[in-house]
Amino acid sequence: MNASAARRPLMHRKPASERIMEALLFLAAAVGVVTTIGIVAVLVYETLEFFSIVSPVEFFTGTTWSASIKPYTFGVLALVSGTLLVATIAVVIAVPLGLLAAVLLSEYSGTRVRSIVKPVLETIAGIPTIVLGFFALYFLTPNILKPIIGDDNIGTFSALAAGIVVGVLITPLIASISEDSMRAVPRGMREGAYAMGATKFEVVRKVVFPAALSGIMASIILAASRAVGETMAVVLAAGTKPQMTLNPLESVQTMTAFIVQISLGDTPQDSIQFKSLFAVAGTLFAMTLVLNLISNRVVARFRTSYE
Amino acid sequence: MSATPLPVPGPATVAVERWDPRLTRRRLYGSIFYGACLASIIILLLTLFLILWDVLSQGLPWLDPQFVTGVPSRRPEQAGIFPALIGTIQVVVISGLLAFPVGVGAALYLAEYAGNSRVTRALRTNISNLSGVPSVIYGIFGLALFVRVFGFGFTVLSGALTLTLVILPVVIIASIEAIKAVPDAQREGAYALGASRWQMVRRAVVPAAAPGMMTGIILAMARAIGETAPLILVGAFTFVTFLPQPFEGGYTVLPIQVLDWATRPQADFHGLAAAAIIVILVLMLVLNGLAILVRARLSRHIQW
Repeated sequence: MNASAARRPLMHRKPASERIMEALLFLAAAVGVVTTIGIVAVLVYETLEFFSIVSPVEFFTGTTWSASIKPYTFGVLALVSGTLLVATIAVVIAVPLGLLAAVLLSEYSGTRVRSIVKPVLETIAGIPTIVLGFFALYFLTPNILKPIIGDDNIGTFSALAAGIVVGVLITPLIASISEDSMRAVPRGMREGAYAMGATKFEVVRKVVFPAALSGIMASIILAASRAVGETMAVVLAAGTKPQMTLNPLESVQTMTAFIVQISLGDTPQDSIQFKSLFAVAGTLFAMTLVLNLISNRVVARFRTSYE
Repeated sequence: MSATPLPVPGPATVAVERWDPRLTRRRLYGSIFYGACLASIIILLLTLFLILWDVLSQGLPWLDPQFVTGVPSRRPEQAGIFPALIGTIQVVVISGLLAFPVGVGAALYLAEYAGNSRVTRALRTNISNLSGVPSVIYGIFGLALFVRVFGFGFTVLSGALTLTLVILPVVIIASIEAIKAVPDAQREGAYALGASRWQMVRRAVVPAAAPGMMTGIILAMARAIGETAPLILVGAFTFVTFLPQPFEGGYTVLPIQVLDWATRPQADFHGLAAAAIIVILVLMLVLNGLAILVRARLSRHIQW
C-alpha cells in the first residue's frame, strides 16, 4: 500500500495513447447497448404510432388478423397462437432428441460416439433456416407426412411440417447447453451412486438428471425463444393463413412470417398494414426477451450451485 | 403400571426373503435407454442426410457454369444467380470487415479493461440478450435506422450494416472466449517487462487470442451467408438482373433468390432454388475450411 502510494506521483496520469485506446474499446463495447436501446426505441415509437390508429385493446385481445383483405382487423392473438403452435410442436420434438443426445455426449461418450454426434449437431446448427423450410415444403410434407397422415388431411403448408423442422433446428441448442450442465455435475455424486450399487441408467436418471435440471430447463426455454423468433423455415413451411387453431395439420401464420410477408410485398410504408408490422415485431421482441431473461435467471442459479 | 416385558428374541418365525437386486431387469432398462439415446442421434443423422440428399438430387441437374454466371430469368433453363452471388459476397465481406474491429474491441474491453462493476455486468448481460434477439427484429431496426434515418436506402450498405449488428454478439462472445483462454502468465510477463496495459493487450493478449478471434469472425460470416430475414426488411429485392453497386441501387442475396424460386408454382424453379442452396452450402463449407486453416496457421507459434 505504502509502496504504491509512493509510486503514484510518477504515473498518476496515463499517457494519452493509453486513454485513447481505452476510450475506443469502450465505444466498441457500447455499440451493443446502443443497438439494444435503438431496437427498443424504434419498436416502442412505431408501435405507439400504430396504437393511435388501432386501439391496443383490439390489438391484444382480437382473435382475427386480416391485414390485406377488408375489413382490416388487427387481432394479434391469431398470429401469437400460430407462433405458439409451431413453437410447441418444435419443443415437443426437440426436447427428447436434444436431451438424449446430450446424455449420450455427457455420460456415454466414448470417443467414437462423440466423433459422430458432435459434428452432426454442429452441422444441423449451421444449416441456413431457409434450407430447412425448403426441405419441409418439398420433401417432408409430400414424401413423409402426406403418405402417413393422408393426402386430404394435410395441405402443402402446415404447422406440423414447420414445427418439425424448427424442432430439428433447435435440437443442437438444447443438446449443447444440457450437455454442459450435465458435465458440471461433480464426479463424486455419480461415484456415490455407483458405490451404492446403482446402474448407469439409474445414475443418469436419479443423480445426473436432477442435478442438471436447472441447466436443462434453461436450455429448453432458450430453445423455445429461438423457435418463437424463427423466421425463414416458418415462412416457407407454415403458410400465410392467420388463424387461431390447435390443429397442427392446418396452415397458420406466425408473427415472423407476417413481418416477412408484409415487407416482401408492395405495401406502402405509410400504410396501416406496414405500421402493424412494428406492433407485431414489438410483441415478438417482448415474448423472446421474457423467455431469454427467464433462461438467464435459471442459468445463473445453476452456475452457482456446484462451483 | 405394569412393566411390559421386553420382547425376547425367539427362534425366527418369519422367513426373511432374500434381497433381490433384480439386476437383470435394471440392466435391461439401461440398455433400452442407451438404445433410445442412439436412436435420437440416428434420427438426427438421418434428417441431415435427407436434407442434403433432397437438396442435391433436386439441385445438381441445374448446377452448371451458366447457372453461376447468369442472371435471373423467367425461363428456368436460362436463369442464373450471378447478381445474388455478388450481392451475398459484398454484404458478407463488408459486414465481416465492420464486425471484426468492433467485436474484438468490445471483447477486449469486456475481458481486459472492465472490472466487475454494475455497468460492465450490464454490458455483458446485454450482449447475451442481444444474441437471443430474433434476426428479423434486427431487420426492422436496420430499416428504421440505416434505410430511413441515415438515408442509405435499400442498398448493399444498409444490408451489410444490419448484418453487422446481427453477427456482432457472436463475434464478441467468441472473442471473449479466446481472450479468456490466454494464460495470465502472458499478461504478467508483459507487465514485468514494463509494458503499459494497452502494450500488454496488443503484444501479449491479441496475438495469443488471434486464432480464436479469427475463427469466430469467419464462422460468423459463414452464418451470415444464410441469414435471410433481416435482409428482406432492409430491401433486398427478389428479382435483380444487374450487378449491385455497394452504395446505390437495389441488390439481392442468395437466400432471397432461393425464397423467390422456392415460392413459385413451377417445379423447375424449385430445382433452381435447390441449386442456389447448394451454392450457399458450398460457400459456407469454404469459410468453415478457411476457419480451420487460419486457426492452424495462427496457432503454430503459440506454446504455453
